[in-house]
Amino acid sequence: MGEHVPSQAPSEMRAPVLVRLPPHLVVLFPDAEPRVALQAGSVAEMVAALDRLWPGMGARLCDETPAIRRHVNVFVDGRRARLSTALAPGTDVFIITAISGG
Amino acid sequence: MTQRVFLLVGTRKGAFILESDGARRDWALRGPFCETWPTNHVVADPASGTIYAGGGNEWFGPAVWKSTDFGASWSHSSQGLAYEAGQTPVKAVWSLAVGAEGRLYAGVEPAGLFVSDDGGTNWSHVEALQQHPTRPEWNPGGAGLILHSLVLDPRDNGRIWVGISAAGVFATEDGGASWEPRNRGTRADFLPEGQNYPEFGQCVHCLVRAPGGGARLYQQNHCGMYRSDDGGRRWESIEEGLPSSFGFPAAVHPRDPDSLYLIPLNGDIKGRFMPGGNTAVWRTRDGGSSWQAGRAGLPQGDAYFNVLRQAMATDTLEPAGVYFGTNAGALYGSIDEGDTWTCLAPYLPTITSVETLVMER
Repeated sequence: MGEHVPSQAPSEMRAPVLVRLPPHLVVLFPDAEPRVALQAGSVAEMVAALDRLWPGMGARLCDETPAIRRHVNVFVDGRRARLSTALAPGTDVFIITAISGG
Repeated sequence: MTQRVFLLVGTRKGAFILESDGARRDWALRGPFCETWPTNHVVADPASGTIYAGGGNEWFGPAVWKSTDFGASWSHSSQGLAYEAGQTPVKAVWSLAVGAEGRLYAGVEPAGLFVSDDGGTNWSHVEALQQHPTRPEWNPGGAGLILHSLVLDPRDNGRIWVGISAAGVFATEDGGASWEPRNRGTRADFLPEGQNYPEFGQCVHCLVRAPGGGARLYQQNHCGMYRSDDGGRRWESIEEGLPSSFGFPAAVHPRDPDSLYLIPLNGDIKGRFMPGGNTAVWRTRDGGSSWQAGRAGLPQGDAYFNVLRQAMATDTLEPAGVYFGTNAGALYGSIDEGDTWTCLAPYLPTITSVETLVMER
């Protein structure tokens, strides 16, 4: 089911999070980059920010549950995250295609 | 020759395009496209030549890919190709069809219908089909609960027939606002004795419409082959004379409503191979009263492959070309309406769909 996304303080003042995108995803968006720094206080905000940068990327990462797609793993501080997972300033985020998906 | 003839091939590992001229003797293969995503159906708008490919990736979900330059470049979208929050997510696009005025339709898994009026960029859900009172009782077939057959009226977007495994055939006469099951006369051998002709729940495998704009439909079902002369309200068995009642694809002739091509397999619980290991495309020219097998040029002996539900098509040339692809990745073509066959591409991935496009130069 859907996840509650905690409200965050205005994120514009925070240090950006660094997001690593999987090559299978990058190749779908002609101007996408494998590493991107952006402002986000949660994984949901990160997905929204990615979708603003590269329209359509949000739907590649999340389904209408809403949830991170079943075979996509988002790792924050070495642990699998959900949309509601908070992101501390400067966090490294790894988006990885799960081996279960192919 | 003044035509460009394209074969649009969907596979488990992307889309491929073969191109020839009107002679159809030499084919050039290009691909894989769509980043090797599992691609269930590749179709074209014959008016514009725009090619659409529908599929789904286990990681990144469903998408419809689009090319306006015969495959040289592609874009993709799934904007709006989703159910309401909380529903089982759309897993993949299974079928595509171009209707009147370029309107694009997509059938998906789990079974539902979406429509796009901007060439596949933005999609909206045809909700009334999923709101049909029979929906809670729809059961998936072997490939899932999929909307795999999309039959349109090229002049009237109000009339649509869909095939859903295993809910059966449903039709609308009002553009999708209301739907009714149209399965009378088709069997469901997998139900208890005495309950084999339900209103819905049949395992339709492929639904096609005869040329000419009339009310004739044909279907290959899990349990038999059928013809309807009243838009699917009543079906008659046409399986007598065929080697089995089981198969997946069906293809109509581009001009003759009495001609149909089928590829019967050996049976649903016998491996689903070519009967006796011998490949044949069966053709009727009298609406299913009699059948002839076309075997010349096709593998005879030890042919343990099948042909999937969207993997056979005809072109619009004279004489008509007929094409099919196997789950073992071989693509075959006939330019004499099914009498003789040639292997056009032997080593593709599993072929999920075959469609054609003929463009005048």
